[in-house]
Amino acid sequence: MSGVPWGETRLVQGNEAVALGALAAGIDFFAGYPITPSTEVAEILAREMPLTGGKWIQMEDEIASVSAIIGASLAGARVLTATSGPGFSLMQEGLGYACMTEVPIVIVNVMRAGPSTGLPTQVSQGDVMQARWGTHGDHPVIALAPCSVEECFNLSIRAFNLAESFRTPVILLPDEIIGHMRERFTFPKQDELQVLPLSEPNVPVEWYEHYHQTASGVSPMARFGRGYRFHVTGLTHDVHGFPTRRIDEVVPKMNRLKQKITRRLDDLEQNEIHGVDESSVVVFAYGSVFRSAMAARDILAKKKKKIGVFRPVTIWPFPDRTVKEKLDNKDVIVVCELNQGQLIHEVERLTSDSVRVVPMQRYDGYGITPEQIVSKVMEVS
Amino acid sequence: MAAHLPYEYIYLRYKKKFPHVWCPGCGIGIVMGSIIRAVDTMNWDMNDILLVSGIGCTSRMPVYLDFNTLHTTHGRALAFGTGAKLANPALKVIAVMGDGDALAIGGNHLIHSARRNIEITTIIVNNNNYGMTGGQFSPTTPPGTFTATTPYGMMEPGFDICSLAQGAGAVYVARGTVYHVMELDKLIAGALEKPGFSVVEVLAPCPTNFGRANRLGDAVKMMESLRDGTITQVQAEKLPPEERVGKTVRGVFLDREDSEGYTARYARLCEQAAGGVSGK
Ligand SMILES: Cc1ncc(C[n+]2csc(CCOP(=O)(O)OP(=O)(O)O)c2C)c(N)n1
Ligand code: SF4
Repeated sequence: MSGVPWGETRLVQGNEAVALGALAAGIDFFAGYPITPSTEVAEILAREMPLTGGKWIQMEDEIASVSAIIGASLAGARVLTATSGPGFSLMQEGLGYACMTEVPIVIVNVMRAGPSTGLPTQVSQGDVMQARWGTHGDHPVIALAPCSVEECFNLSIRAFNLAESFRTPVILLPDEIIGHMRERFTFPKQDELQVLPLSEPNVPVEWYEHYHQTASGVSPMARFGRGYRFHVTGLTHDVHGFPTRRIDEVVPKMNRLKQKITRRLDDLEQNEIHGVDESSVVVFAYGSVFRSAMAARDILAKKKKKIGVFRPVTIWPFPDRTVKEKLDNKDVIVVCELNQGQLIHEVERLTSDSVRVVPMQRYDGYGITPEQIVSKVMEVS
Repeated sequence: MAAHLPYEYIYLRYKKKFPHVWCPGCGIGIVMGSIIRAVDTMNWDMNDILLVSGIGCTSRMPVYLDFNTLHTTHGRALAFGTGAKLANPALKVIAVMGDGDALAIGGNHLIHSARRNIEITTIIVNNNNYGMTGGQFSPTTPPGTFTATTPYGMMEPGFDICSLAQGAGAVYVARGTVYHVMELDKLIAGALEKPGFSVVEVLAPCPTNFGRANRLGDAVKMMESLRDGTITQVQAEKLPPEERVGKTVRGVFLDREDSEGYTARYARLCEQAAGGVSGK
């Protein structure tokens, strides 16, 4: 196989779909360090990218990998790295740097069970909070959790578009089940895809501000070697990128970092909602667990029991508004997660005391089954 | 006005970014001067030059120079630089780092960059300690000397930067000092000319921390120690071994022609791959 099989129907693996999505989005540069269960992403790109002159490099560790993709992005490339928990921990330094310096990068973290080396080949959703708060300091984050092979492909492309449009890192968070499962998938035709071109400033060189203040909070980014000479630093900086400690420059920078996300929540929010308005009991699930939730919903329907299912596709920023609007009037919300309780706190935060928020958790390296969700629902409602 | 300024000012963001952060008597500014003069001999377009650094006093240098400049995280200059160079091989990438930056936290990136022979000119300012954080010991703090974290004297042996770089696969390795400035200009120019991974170690005083902790005198005295404590390779050959003890040798230790740079090799790999050559 070579390149993206546009328009064809194939049996495709989740990680493979992530890699092919990256190719479809026009990836120019990949740097990574091997780790299960993400290795397929790197291996497929190692085979594909040199064929078209794309740059692929295996670095000495994950700190180097994330650093290399940031350097490459600044030099004009569309960039990706892929990893899993232990490597994602090492990438937090670079993740924060890319947030602060507003460099578009995409990181795929195929979630396996932790902490530490944990269960290397087994599933988990334990990195959800690490994706949000793993690097130090206040910072914006965008994270997407696919639940199928098709979505691995589509969200991979979306991740590149969002990174470019928000000038910030985007984290793709498939869990191991999604990364390793195979499904029939029909690739779109090439002209059906929307891929954002890399931004280019169109102002004269002497007018260029690397962090120009705009209504959206994001300005077109110059790249090294194209005539705009600029400075990039992880120190808090002014609009030109030079270090500053002036309060009237520090505060606007920090506010803009936050507001470039909060002002465009509509562009980011993506949920899948089934029968929520008609049910007093709702299962909240994402990633592979959503599939079990949908199967449970069918089983329960046969038993004449109606439940709704709510899935955030974009998990960071969390869909506060929609969760409040759709779930705050329910009797019971069963939050199913492959961890000891991470997104459940977000649901609790957004719902009143009258709503019972019930955990359904598994953290033994296996997925949550439809039967487990069925019996939990029967137990609590 | 500008007509009366030395030509070095062309390369400085002198209207915007000065005064600089370095202490009086610090050696880092002299290294910056040498880099400017060496770059000037290359006739490169400033738009094509990327100066990348890590974190530390030395790594503050990029802000002052009017190239593409990238001040990264502690120790990672070469990893960021590798990404930029591979993404756009037309960039002339120069990395500046302190000894802690390059050899402690960044040691892994240093040896792997050397092994890959990525086309980056690496300049390591060796002031024998961590200047920026207040003078703690570094991998080049001489045994027995005092720093903020070796109050009873340094008990660990240090790295020889030049031997390490040679062992790891660099194609050009040199050592100079900020006392021998004209020589340093040439060493750095030699490194810039090299289409591969080159390393120049520059001995420089940190009078504020290492100097004070070891009662080495003021900056002038520390410069004199560089004059008296180092010898050229020619001098080293002539000296009897007992007189060489305690002297550090300056000069070019390695200048290899036999190894292709990483991005050049990568371009060939792409051609082969596109032509159907594969291991499988
Ligand atoms: C991850 C991380 N650890 C520690 C530090 C603190 N720190 C800043 S500079 C520095 C060492 C600087 O020493 P060196 O690299 O020798 O450069 P110099 O300041 O002497 O030029 C350290 C440890 C940091 N910034 N980041
Ligand atoms: S602390 Fe030392 S290395 Fe840092 S600026 Fe001062 S003299 Fe230079």
